[in-house]
Amino acid sequence: MPDARVERVTGMGMLTLRGAMDVLGPALGEVCALAAPDQRMSEAQGGLRANWMSPDEIMVVCPVERTADLAHRLEERLTGAFATVVDVSDARAAFDVTGLDAAGVLTKLMPVDFARMQPAEVRRTRMAQIPATCWCEGRGWRVVCFRSVAAYADALLRNAAASAVAGT
Amino acid sequence: MTTRRLERGGRLLNRARPLGMRFDAYYVRAFEGDTLASAILANGHRLLGRSFKYHRPRSVVASGPEEPNALLGVGEGGRFTPNVRATTEPARDRLVCRSQNAWPSLDTDVGIVNDWMAKGLPAGFYYKTFLSPRPFWKHVFEPFIRRAAGLGEAPSEPDADTYETTYAFCDTLVVGGGIAGLAAAKDAADRGDRVILVEQNAHWGGRAPVDGDVVEGQAAEDWVRDALRTLDASENVTCIPSCQAAGVYDHGYVLLNERLDGDGPRERLWRVRAGRVVVATGALERPLSFAGNDVPGVMLASAVRDYVVNWGVSPGERTVIVTNNDDAYRTALTLLNAGLEVRAILDARPKADGALSRRVAERGVDIQMGRGVAKVLGGKTVTGVATCAQSGEGEVLQTIECDAVAMSGGWSPVVHLWSHCGGKLQWDAGRAMFVPDADRPPLGADGTGFVTTTGAASGDLTLAGLAVDVAQHATAPILPVWQMPEGAPHALRAKSFLDFQNDVKVSDVRLAAQEGFESVEHAKRYTTLGMATDQGKLSNINGLAILSDALGQPIPQTGTTTFRPPWTPVTLGALAGEAAGELFQPLRRTPMHERHEQAGAFWEPVGRWRRPYCFPQGKESHADAVAREIAATRNGVGMLDASTLGKLRVSGPDAGRFVDMLYTNMMSNLGVGRCRYGLMCDENGFLIDDGVVARLSDDVWLCHTTTGGAERIHGWMEDWLQTEWFDWQVHVVDLTEQFAQIAVVGPKARTVLERLGGMDVSRDTLPFMRWSAGTLAGIPVRVFRISFSGELSYEIAVPANHGLELWDAIAAAGADLGITPYGTEALHVMRAEKGFVMIGDETDGTIIPQDLGLDWAISKKKDDFLGKRGQQRTHMTDPDRWKLVGLRTLDGSVLPDGAYALDEGRNENGQRKVQGRVTSTYRSPTLGHGIAMGLVRRGPDRMGQVLFFTGSRGKTIDAEIVSPVFYDPDGEKQDA
Repeated sequence: MPDARVERVTGMGMLTLRGAMDVLGPALGEVCALAAPDQRMSEAQGGLRANWMSPDEIMVVCPVERTADLAHRLEERLTGAFATVVDVSDARAAFDVTGLDAAGVLTKLMPVDFARMQPAEVRRTRMAQIPATCWCEGRGWRVVCFRSVAAYADALLRNAAASAVAGT
Repeated sequence: MTTRRLERGGRLLNRARPLGMRFDAYYVRAFEGDTLASAILANGHRLLGRSFKYHRPRSVVASGPEEPNALLGVGEGGRFTPNVRATTEPARDRLVCRSQNAWPSLDTDVGIVNDWMAKGLPAGFYYKTFLSPRPFWKHVFEPFIRRAAGLGEAPSEPDADTYETTYAFCDTLVVGGGIAGLAAAKDAADRGDRVILVEQNAHWGGRAPVDGDVVEGQAAEDWVRDALRTLDASENVTCIPSCQAAGVYDHGYVLLNERLDGDGPRERLWRVRAGRVVVATGALERPLSFAGNDVPGVMLASAVRDYVVNWGVSPGERTVIVTNNDDAYRTALTLLNAGLEVRAILDARPKADGALSRRVAERGVDIQMGRGVAKVLGGKTVTGVATCAQSGEGEVLQTIECDAVAMSGGWSPVVHLWSHCGGKLQWDAGRAMFVPDADRPPLGADGTGFVTTTGAASGDLTLAGLAVDVAQHATAPILPVWQMPEGAPHALRAKSFLDFQNDVKVSDVRLAAQEGFESVEHAKRYTTLGMATDQGKLSNINGLAILSDALGQPIPQTGTTTFRPPWTPVTLGALAGEAAGELFQPLRRTPMHERHEQAGAFWEPVGRWRRPYCFPQGKESHADAVAREIAATRNGVGMLDASTLGKLRVSGPDAGRFVDMLYTNMMSNLGVGRCRYGLMCDENGFLIDDGVVARLSDDVWLCHTTTGGAERIHGWMEDWLQTEWFDWQVHVVDLTEQFAQIAVVGPKARTVLERLGGMDVSRDTLPFMRWSAGTLAGIPVRVFRISFSGELSYEIAVPANHGLELWDAIAAAGADLGITPYGTEALHVMRAEKGFVMIGDETDGTIIPQDLGLDWAISKKKDDFLGKRGQQRTHMTDPDRWKLVGLRTLDGSVLPDGAYALDEGRNENGQRKVQGRVTSTYRSPTLGHGIAMGLVRRGPDRMGQVLFFTGSRGKTIDAEIVSPVFYDPDGEKQDA
């Protein structure tokens, strides 16, 4: 049995920001005290996180109770600019995979070179048959997928965590 | 059965660990380290199977993955696997295996009559014989042939094992754990590369330890042990035994297939991205084509050495060796050293004077030069060989009694992985082999080769380039021998097998050439050469050489057939990986899924979603449940989980312009707080999606799509924004999963919402086709006054995490009003009663909105929208187009879905002409008779006419053309 635990994460708020990075960046700095993340990277501080999603999309992760306030303040700050702020906290399901073999478990499901991933790197990728994103969170990995496939993702992660880890 | 296990030897055996297995009715004693083949041979069995076509008795001919004959059904029940190569499957305690393609038993098989009739079953026999009468093929010949043919049986139970996939990345992937592969891995590791080294066998070292090679002054076995120790100690190297590289694909993508032991998954499929692939897959020995080369007891010379050295098994007590090269002389030495007799060496070459042959001669072996085998004597086992001059026509010179024949026709580098991605080969006439052409490798993204070969896979059979001591190796050149003897008459050629598994003989390939199958690919398919589960590993080169000879052209001109993955068969279980059982496919569940399950929903798959089709109570039939749900909704109140509807948020300064282009009607002038039904067409004008659009604010529109259209329409929008209108300032965010959506429908719907409290839902404040935001039961919601049923209806969007909570609150608030959850079928029937179209029912990719009478939803004011010009083409404006109407059967019955309306006369194909078809058809519980919608030529102009629709068993059904709106034509109810 590998050393890996899978836990459903609750209470995670998420905002989708769309817009040019030089538009979103200053707003993110003022409202969240976060720099705009570099391509494929993330910035995290004070319980907030900004993940680079695409050249014109940032995902802000925050405690769910702060979502409405942050969304409101970001919207206000971006008034007049071509930018979009949307609360997507309910659209997704999140899991924490922890333990010494956490990356080994994900290696079975995602075409990701975990050994070469940088600590601040975020991957938008595929987990078996569903889209997923993952990043390093504390001493493990946080995996986020769409909420409708949460049961599949849960079963998938637990199944992968239940058998031997290859090549480690 | 007498044991053939030698008292000593067997470098791979652990004699301290005896195992017991069952092969057919026999108990087989084995040791840890045995393969099924070595164990069964050691127990004195020779017969392992029957060939595919002629049911000829067959035994083991090889010792590795190239084995064509020794295929067994292994395991039982849910762990049964057919067509397992006995030569690569490890022996396990209490394993059960059985022979294939034999009835009633391996020893007395009735299918052997095919062999007696072999003269009547040449290549192409089936193609030629069963051409007529035509119906006989399907009903008589094919079933008969299918019963007679086939090797292993398909498993009859679900697979009890599990499998897994894993991804890996490396700079260098080395395939093959022989001397060459180990050396390449060491080199790469020394460079600092991340290295993966795989070996298909459970043991390392390849042939070198068997052949007693000396590497860098060390015995091969010691060198291998030291190399492995070094590699294991390197952090940047992963060594994986029992793992084949099945295929090499573009961009350095390689599929590996690892066999696992113990509990847990049975196999692992590695999907590797490798910067560079080093192919060190060695070479395969070729059989010689002489009459009776398939008789049990005839074996590849190298395999004979393997069985003696690796597994301590004697393939024969008295062996005749037949060869065209020096390498087979090693077999003589191995046999002599094991105390076994070598009756003679028949060397097809006129003379040979290499170091190896001299050493064999010194041991007193009878070496006959210029000789070959005229035929092998014996049926189920070798009893002797008749010799002849290789240059003659098979006149027998001498008969030598023996119980085994070791043959060597030279070696072919294993070029499969080199070739999978387009690496080219060249013919080396001197060494009689195709070798990788290093100047034409498979190319990577940067235009340079990403696969290289090394060692025997490059044609370097002696590994001279790898500091192997070559002094003891062959020095006399090979003589290419493709047929033995050279002038073999038809009788001998017809017993000289090329493809052992598919029973293709030298005579078959010659016949194919004679009949005009000149391309090697055609000849392959005509004769089935190389098309069996071994994919011609032994037969390919010999076959194309015979074809070349028959065509009178040089071998490179004939070329090889295409080498395709996998290198050896991969089980379907391994390819499926974890995707079995509950993980077979992701199911999408709405936030209320669990509640529907508790309510006994009968599920309908809608894309990857599961939606309740209906909620049968007790023993209620589905039809009754649907009727009950509709009645409850039309007369009281019903509720529907509409969460799967697509919800695309379109915003930005150019959003109005954008939705005007996407929809056929005007959306930019929609007032904030209002809703409008809209249609989307593709560039050709065909209807692709529909739904209600709500204006949320000055620059935000919420576009509802069909359930199946959510991702497709999102992609469609992004496609236009990113490629055509890239300078428009529009953002599209898919919020389908962010909101649960609940429709509360029916005359008492408002009462239910009022009871929940929190916002004004009265007709004045929230009239039809308006929306309003607020709270219901304390939950933040957006309420849309839209209706797909024709009733007073509210669709309530709620953040998904509150979906279940609101669902329960609505159910509780409406309990005393008889609120009834309804499924997709009730939804369908109610929309059909109202004449509302459904994308996918009324549309099929060839339907424009005008066909459906939706002209009112097509803007005449707009300069342009997607599909505008398409709809103006003459065929689209043809008044004869089939258009939407309602259909009502005269007898009240339900029309069959898809039924055609018959027309007079027949078309040029002799088929009855038609003038329309049914697109939606239901029994309306509200109206008490069948209702249907259909597309009929000039339909709306023909109200009241009766059409004849195709029914079952040649009967026709009469139906009248009526308005498609069967229920509440004035729309008073939905506006209530």
